[in-house]
Amino acid sequence: MERRTLFPGRLLPALLILPQLLLTFVFFLWPAAQAIWSSAMREDAFGTSTEFVGLDNFADLFADPLYLASIGRTALFCACVTALSMGAALLLAVLADGEIRGRAFYRTMLIWPYAVAPAMAAVLWVLMFHPQIGLVGAWLNRIGIVWDYKLDGTQAMALVILAAAWKQISYNFIFFLAGLQAIPKTIVEAARIDGSRGVHRFRTIVLPLLMPTVYFLLVVNLVYAAFDTFATIYAVNGGGPAQSTQTLVLKVYLDGVVNANIGSSSAQSVVLMAGVIVLCALQFRFLGRKAVT
Amino acid sequence: MAGLRLEGLHKSFGAIEILKGVDLALADGEMLVIVGASGCGKSTLLRLVAGLETPTAGRILIDGRDVTGLDPSARDIAMVFQNYALYPHMSVFDNMAYGLKIRGLPRAAIRAKVDEASALLGLEALLERKPRQLSGGQRQRVAMGRAIVRDPKLFLFDEPLSNLDAKLRVQMRGEIRRLQRRLKVTSLYVTHDQVEAMTLGDRLLVMHQGVPVQLATPTEVFEYPADTYVAGFIGSPAMNLLPGVLGRNGTAVTVAGTEIALAPSRFAAPDGHAVILGIRPEHVVLDPSGMSWPVEIVELLGSEMLVHARRGGEASLTIKIVHGPAMSDVIRVSFPSEHVHLFDQATGLRLTPAGSGVPPS
Ligand SMILES: Nc1ncnc2c1ncn2[C@@H]1O[C@H](COP(=O)(O)OP(=O)(O)O)[C@@H](O)[C@H]1O
Ligand SMILES: [Mg+2]
Repeated sequence: MERRTLFPGRLLPALLILPQLLLTFVFFLWPAAQAIWSSAMREDAFGTSTEFVGLDNFADLFADPLYLASIGRTALFCACVTALSMGAALLLAVLADGEIRGRAFYRTMLIWPYAVAPAMAAVLWVLMFHPQIGLVGAWLNRIGIVWDYKLDGTQAMALVILAAAWKQISYNFIFFLAGLQAIPKTIVEAARIDGSRGVHRFRTIVLPLLMPTVYFLLVVNLVYAAFDTFATIYAVNGGGPAQSTQTLVLKVYLDGVVNANIGSSSAQSVVLMAGVIVLCALQFRFLGRKAVT
Repeated sequence: MAGLRLEGLHKSFGAIEILKGVDLALADGEMLVIVGASGCGKSTLLRLVAGLETPTAGRILIDGRDVTGLDPSARDIAMVFQNYALYPHMSVFDNMAYGLKIRGLPRAAIRAKVDEASALLGLEALLERKPRQLSGGQRQRVAMGRAIVRDPKLFLFDEPLSNLDAKLRVQMRGEIRRLQRRLKVTSLYVTHDQVEAMTLGDRLLVMHQGVPVQLATPTEVFEYPADTYVAGFIGSPAMNLLPGVLGRNGTAVTVAGTEIALAPSRFAAPDGHAVILGIRPEHVVLDPSGMSWPVEIVELLGSEMLVHARRGGEASLTIKIVHGPAMSDVIRVSFPSEHVHLFDQATGLRLTPAGSGVPPS
């Protein structure tokens, strides 16, 4: 049953949502406005004067091969993280959905990585893959594979993808498991009786019924990989070596905070904001699709 | 088509024993209805036969072949579920064709079989629709169609009509019976609805708390219920069950302080034996010289009426009469002895007529 409480007048409701409005204003609207404002400004090299330059910062940005490379890199990173973490989570969820011994324990263990702080998770991966002291990294070098993510850009990319994907598996797992459990048991049983087995049954019955969850997670994972992996990447190797793991979010930070190029960094932030808005719109559409099946 | 045999089937979930030994044999083409109250283990039994659950003990044979350890996909059976369990993302055609595609039938053959089944069920116009675009009755038909197209060895029905409204239920009941007769598929049909059970089955298996209590034709079950549970479960309104004591060489029962005469020597039990006298509400007759019962409630059911009476607190009686006289506070009734059933009060089992050769077990 739905319960609705109506508050009389205008003052009380306004007062009640004020804290949320304040937070939104202080931490979102104000910085956003400031970013838009400073994206149209340019500081001189000494930081003594600023001038209004309109859309020049944006024009420079899209003419900059480094920025375009970062876009490509981010796209690759997002695609890999999403595919890897959704694939692994789906596999684990299918296994956990079955009748297995000790599945409560198994499920709990799978949810744990979500509670680990991103920087901690990154440190964990670094410790495992460190070329000299890491369990896996040192082993790779011992068996003859030259492994050093601090020198090799491709290896660095692989490592941050792994670390970022691992962090998101728990989240995906929870949603996939819930999605699988929402599929009526009798439908799967009917398919079994119809003679359908294993992978074929999964492909023709389970996966189609799981599609709303897949769509939803696709958007969530893309958003996560694009905007929420700063801490992970930064803690692994700060976007290096060279710019090999410098995704768009890292570049905003490095250009703006480290290199103090406020104008360009702000323009990049505005571009990212536009990206978030587009992805959110997509997400709402896909959430709307949930009702279809 | 083929027969079905169940041998000593047991099923426990954890420490709870749900099925406590079921033995059953179905002849080729027979329709057997399993009836019992909710939770008595009917669905569990059906799911064991389907292979969706594994028995704790016992064997299942379809067509003489032991299928106890086989996956459902290898048993060549079809099942109609209570909630239909149609594939929501597939059209009606694809729902019916799914099992055939898996068997690798050529397209033309699939088309032909689905067309034949949909003609039989009046689904021709709906083949392109999705399940959510169908009414309850239509979904039910599609579920039937999906079962029919595969020509299975065995049909399993798990309360297929209980999600339909009353009128549709009566109609579909007739249709299922007609189809089953025509296709001559051995069928196991589970229901908690006694009317469905009485009208559908060649034979009836009444289950009570995981134990089969009577296996017989519907008429036999109605006329000679094996125990007080069956007596109370089959028939509506339920049979009156009055505790009493046998006397006068088995020719009389004392109920609520009044002696009721029985036909001579019909019941095999010593005098003084605690019994339960059973009589159906429609068999009680008004009799000015009969036993008197204070009336509690009178219910009018159109052309008939139900009179509920109670005597001495413990004994209550329901009477169904076609055209009642003006009701007084007390009615006088008698129990024609050809309609009286006697059960053992301790075990609940039927006391068989003496001289029939069958000892009360
Ligand atoms: N998978 C299961 N695990 C534990 N108990 C179950 C399971 N399936 C059924 N039961 C129990 O078995 C009993 C019989 O269930 P069921 O066969 O569905 O009864 P019916 O179909 O006659 O209403 C019920 O008490 C039910 O709670
Ligand atoms: Mg049931």
